[in-house]
Amino acid sequence: MKYLADFRDPGLARALLAEITASVTRPWTLMEVCGGQTHAIVRSGIDQLLPASLKLVHGPGCPVCVTPIAYIDKAVELADQPEVIILTFGDMLRVPGSNGNLLDAKARGADVRMVYSVLEAVELASQRPDRQIVFFGVGFETTAPGNAMAILQARRLGLANFTILACHVLVPPALRALLTSPTNRVNGYLAAGHVCTVMGLADYQEIVDQFQVPIVATGLEPVDILAGILAAVQQLEKGEYRLENAYQRSVTTTGNSHAREVIDQVFMVCDRIWRGIGFLPASGLAIRPEFAAFDAEQHFRLRATAEPDNGCQAGQVLQGLLVPSRCPHFGGRCKPEHPLGATMVSSEGACAAYYRYQGVVATNEG
Amino acid sequence: MKDEITGFPRPRQGPAAISLAHGAGGKLSARLIEEYLLPRFANQHLKRLEDQATLAISTGRIAFSTDSYVVAPIFFPGGDIGELAVNGTVNDIAMAGARPLYLSLALIIEEGLPFTDLERILDSVQKAARQAGVAIVTGDTKVVERGSCDKIFINTSGIGILAEDICLGAEQIRAGDKIIVSGSLADHGMTILTSRHRLALENSLQSDTAPLADLVQTMLAAAPNLHALRDPTRGGVAMTLNEFAGQSKLGMVLHEESLPIHDTVRSACEILGIDPLYVANEGKLLAMVPAAEADALLRAMRDHPQGREAAIIGEVSTQHAGLVTMITALGASRVVDMPVADQLPRIC
Repeated sequence: MKYLADFRDPGLARALLAEITASVTRPWTLMEVCGGQTHAIVRSGIDQLLPASLKLVHGPGCPVCVTPIAYIDKAVELADQPEVIILTFGDMLRVPGSNGNLLDAKARGADVRMVYSVLEAVELASQRPDRQIVFFGVGFETTAPGNAMAILQARRLGLANFTILACHVLVPPALRALLTSPTNRVNGYLAAGHVCTVMGLADYQEIVDQFQVPIVATGLEPVDILAGILAAVQQLEKGEYRLENAYQRSVTTTGNSHAREVIDQVFMVCDRIWRGIGFLPASGLAIRPEFAAFDAEQHFRLRATAEPDNGCQAGQVLQGLLVPSRCPHFGGRCKPEHPLGATMVSSEGACAAYYRYQGVVATNEG
Repeated sequence: MKDEITGFPRPRQGPAAISLAHGAGGKLSARLIEEYLLPRFANQHLKRLEDQATLAISTGRIAFSTDSYVVAPIFFPGGDIGELAVNGTVNDIAMAGARPLYLSLALIIEEGLPFTDLERILDSVQKAARQAGVAIVTGDTKVVERGSCDKIFINTSGIGILAEDICLGAEQIRAGDKIIVSGSLADHGMTILTSRHRLALENSLQSDTAPLADLVQTMLAAAPNLHALRDPTRGGVAMTLNEFAGQSKLGMVLHEESLPIHDTVRSACEILGIDPLYVANEGKLLAMVPAAEADALLRAMRDHPQGREAAIIGEVSTQHAGLVTMITALGASRVVDMPVADQLPRIC
């Protein structure tokens, strides 16, 4: 923990802020891709301390936020089946589907449990052979290795009552989609350090080469984030575009090869709908056919459903086109206690971050 | 060995677990009281075994409070549900500046609870009551079917007395008051969470459950103009300060760097993505005190075993009335909103 404290050191942070301020001569817009970075920025107040001409916009990197409503609905449908115990991370319980969320299902009598690790679900499955244990697994490349390991472990244990409702998404296809959008106004990207730790940097080099934008692999502590911002700004000011690693204590060029192998063994790339953003080809991970016995969608023969529209502007927010507090529903129809979309729920959601750390003051003063 | 009249097993000799008959009002109920409860809590009021306790009241005013305890797991590092049930109500009474004197103890037990667990809990109740200087003067025991409660639920109500001139409360808070916390944040909630999910963290966490009545008396002596006290249990410091902000219509300003948080708790919070400001405490209090008395109060608190890590963590302002804000370690300011829902259910 003392180690972590260095990356929150106010003195180091202030020195980096001064260097950023001294470097900026023109207006720039940077996107932090990861929702964890968004929360760290707003929580520590980095956005208030940057020079006015340097804007941060929030990216699509909140796994809870981009999980399609259809998957929430599938999870609720499964939860309502009496033989099923559904387990998932805390944030997923409150995300609204088209017909309530998992907490509503729990209140109706469904057995819905919050866990911190997919391995708790595997353990429960081996203890409760009389019940179907479903883990609702979402997330980027960071949670995929854990879920893959859980499936391998369940197979090793011969469990016939363990499945995963998997809705994994991949960062690089989302970045490509943002970069090809005609409304894109982002000059440089802070790539999600945790994702790069698992996957390495090869995909990002291709994007830098193709789109000629700076991408900086950036960590999640205030000093990490400021170091990433400084690196991106220095490139932009010099007119350069390079892939840079500002999170070297964690990210290597090749990533975690063991984790990548496990992902490849269990998952294959598939098309995905992203909540609020829409259909992105080859942007997700699906469970391979040889592991179909552990795939809740196949095991329970779940139907595909269309994405409903409730007026939520999260898609604009997730693409960096709309500041949460400017959304017409922000703080009115949409609050953490009655959210329209997942961005107002998740601990990594940009709208929740604004509401929790800034929005009320802004509203109060405005 | 079976009871000759009821046919049910006897508590001491035979069964290892509570059965429905122990709550049915018959012989087994009587034995439960005589063998398990009375020996631990015997006092002149309880011994009479009337339907109520009759208590003589001196001059002054009464502080009266009640709370129910449903924590899971019932045993956790640093305490258990029995100790929590005494300290929680004792502390609620103490926050008025009162001396807690009497408690009621109501047990709702799920059939099948091992007697060894019940004894362990009752021993904790006894020990905590003795430490807090309160007598258990009335009580009740119910046994419910398996699945109707989770092992054991406890309700305690308590009475304390306070002098006429002590008047603590949110309405007394003034701009310029200092905000003092009596010790480290989030110990209890993170202990419950990590033991519930059996997360093996490098250093074991301990609940901070403790009686605060004696600390409060020390504080009242050191700071006669103390404005308000509250113990930041569910919802943590963020919840309590938001309540203070709303009721006083003033702004609460925290300083991130002043918050006392143990490294192990901070690590656990980081790993689990939880903000320690929103996590429950069970042996801590927040004090709102005029700035002129703050240093004397802090010294007195730090000399007391329950206040060794006390710290001034902020002050009351007329700005951002009704809100809690925090000056971050980097020098920015952000809102500390009221929590939407418990981050963790059934922590107390």
